[in-house]
Amino acid sequence: MTMPLMRPARKNPMLRTRQLNLPPAARGRVALGITAAAAEGRFELQACEDCGAVQYPPREACHKCLSPRLRWQQQGGDGVLLSSTTLHHSNDMYFRERLPWRLGLVHLDAGPTLMVHLHGDVPDAVDPPVRLRVGARLDRTGQAVLIGFPTEGGAAMADDKMLREMTSDPKFRKVLVTDGKTAVGQAIVTSLVRAGADIVWVGHAEPWKKTADMQALSALPQVTLVPLDLTNGRSVVELAGAIGGKVDIVINNAEVHRTFGIAARRGIDVAKAEMDINYFGLLRLAQEFGPALRGRSADGEVGATAWVNLLSIYALSNFPPHGTFSASKSAAYSLAQCLRAEMRPAGIRVINVFPGPIDDEWNQHVPPPKVGEGALASAIVKALRDGVEDVYPGDVAQEWLERWRANPKVLERELAAGGS
Amino acid sequence: MTQPSEPMATADILGALVGALAGGRIRVIDLTQTLTPEFPQIALPPEMGQCWPFRIEQVSRYDERGPSWYWNNFSCGEHTGTHFDAPNHWISGRDLPNNAVDTIAVQNFVAPACVIDCSQQALANPDYLLTVADIEAYEAAHGRIPQGAWVLMRTDWSKRQDPEAYQNFDETGQHTPGPSAEAVRFLIDQRAVLGFGSEAIGTDAGQGFHLRPPYPCHYYMHGAGRYGLQCLCNLDLLPPAGAVLICPPLKIENGSGSPLRVLALVGAVA
Repeated sequence: MTMPLMRPARKNPMLRTRQLNLPPAARGRVALGITAAAAEGRFELQACEDCGAVQYPPREACHKCLSPRLRWQQQGGDGVLLSSTTLHHSNDMYFRERLPWRLGLVHLDAGPTLMVHLHGDVPDAVDPPVRLRVGARLDRTGQAVLIGFPTEGGAAMADDKMLREMTSDPKFRKVLVTDGKTAVGQAIVTSLVRAGADIVWVGHAEPWKKTADMQALSALPQVTLVPLDLTNGRSVVELAGAIGGKVDIVINNAEVHRTFGIAARRGIDVAKAEMDINYFGLLRLAQEFGPALRGRSADGEVGATAWVNLLSIYALSNFPPHGTFSASKSAAYSLAQCLRAEMRPAGIRVINVFPGPIDDEWNQHVPPPKVGEGALASAIVKALRDGVEDVYPGDVAQEWLERWRANPKVLERELAAGGS
Repeated sequence: MTQPSEPMATADILGALVGALAGGRIRVIDLTQTLTPEFPQIALPPEMGQCWPFRIEQVSRYDERGPSWYWNNFSCGEHTGTHFDAPNHWISGRDLPNNAVDTIAVQNFVAPACVIDCSQQALANPDYLLTVADIEAYEAAHGRIPQGAWVLMRTDWSKRQDPEAYQNFDETGQHTPGPSAEAVRFLIDQRAVLGFGSEAIGTDAGQGFHLRPPYPCHYYMHGAGRYGLQCLCNLDLLPPAGAVLICPPLKIENGSGSPLRVLALVGAVA
């Protein structure tokens, strides 16, 4: 059984902070299909539409009947361990620093045989045969890797040394949540505390606007309120100067949400305020905190690991009644892709969260289902633990995502007609 | 000896003023808060349009963006920081002639100031409202408020350096001192003042929305074509009477106000 992760000792400031060597990242275009599914937490392989064969590795045509009609199909991942081995030597710098490392050869019930990283709870023995479940995760390069999980994991399964390389568990980590004023922000903070975060810094813009909830939050021993106003470049610079070197996870949940299209409100002041937080706020934050995170991505067992953006499902396709908000989230989404590309060489994961309408005062007129702050906070913590990149919490987000994937033009027309 | 009836030549007046300034017999006091991103701005309910706070972004600082020079872009509202309110700021003054910062007669930007000390009352009660009795007590001690003077309410509110204490919000809103509706009417009708100035975020009290009429200083002063100054500081350095304010707002076309530098000329300490 995996031993639970113990609180790591304080780092020795006399020693150089370790830098990250990345595992091999090259994948062909076809193989990126596994990555695309893993980014959302699914394990998919190619299945032939003609003969039904499931294949691995991904190819341009079916390995059995040569048909090019392949589609990505979600896999349960159940299979048998054929053999396992423990590496004590590697010429690859990433693995060399993390030896010993276990690998296994697995025969999936669905057909293919594949090589996986083995979770510590999977036994070596192959007699009697060991059943296991293969799943896909993203490694430090953001590329999919396959992992052999035990069919029944222990309580500390997430603390497996190999698995922690693929995830961003908040346990013992130091997290910045950029806005503690909203119910969502407060739920994120309490979820992080429950998940074992060491310190949660909570941004507090315009401190003269006090709320009782905020005061209650600051009573938690892990929580420290910090002045942070994403519209004020200097505020971001000063906070990054003060805590940037210690933050392991940034959760940017600060947003302005107003409910206007183009014609419903005169002037652009509201749209500008939305852009100033939702888009420029992310840019300011990324310029100041990005370098600090990149420099500490291999800093011990609980080094810098992830950056979470609270976007919106409206980022995918404009919801005209909330038109300017949608546009600002779309801009933020685009910038978050840039951030992801720039953080990837350092092994920092950028997680984009696309909730459906949140159950807050600005969605008062939006009929249910709406995402509660607790569900949204849980989805964020789960995304960190599972190491996924894109999360769509809530029924509305799931449904819109499906419709957007099916046909973005159709969804655009439907949203213009009122959404349903 | 000069005859009292014979006016001083203007050149002599200005020459004497320049001499007194150079010699330190007349001093210049800065009544202006520094424009910083941290200085709070007026807060309205979130569904309303908002005044921008002061924001500043570097253009270059002797670096690759401009090797030999340093400069910034800044943004703010007309009512950010220490600022001037023109009559067109309020609906009651919207149809008056010359009601905008660019059309107000420039003579009005240099005027005497009377400073009514309410610092003790404001210390005891953040919601303190200046009364007609306070004005009468001031006049009994320091003489009648002249026509065309600024009346400045000293509360020492500007000494609250912490923005939280300066804004002083609770769940019923803001609690800062200001004038009563009666005092405002008295200053306009009985004393023909030029305007009213305060140390807090507005010329009206924090709870001014609940007075009759709501925001009486804005409503009546601007309705009568008078002006406002707010977020002033250093009022404790001014004499109760005899100071001269220099406070020209930016010349914004049809502007409702503007951040500005407010200077006071005062005699040397006796």
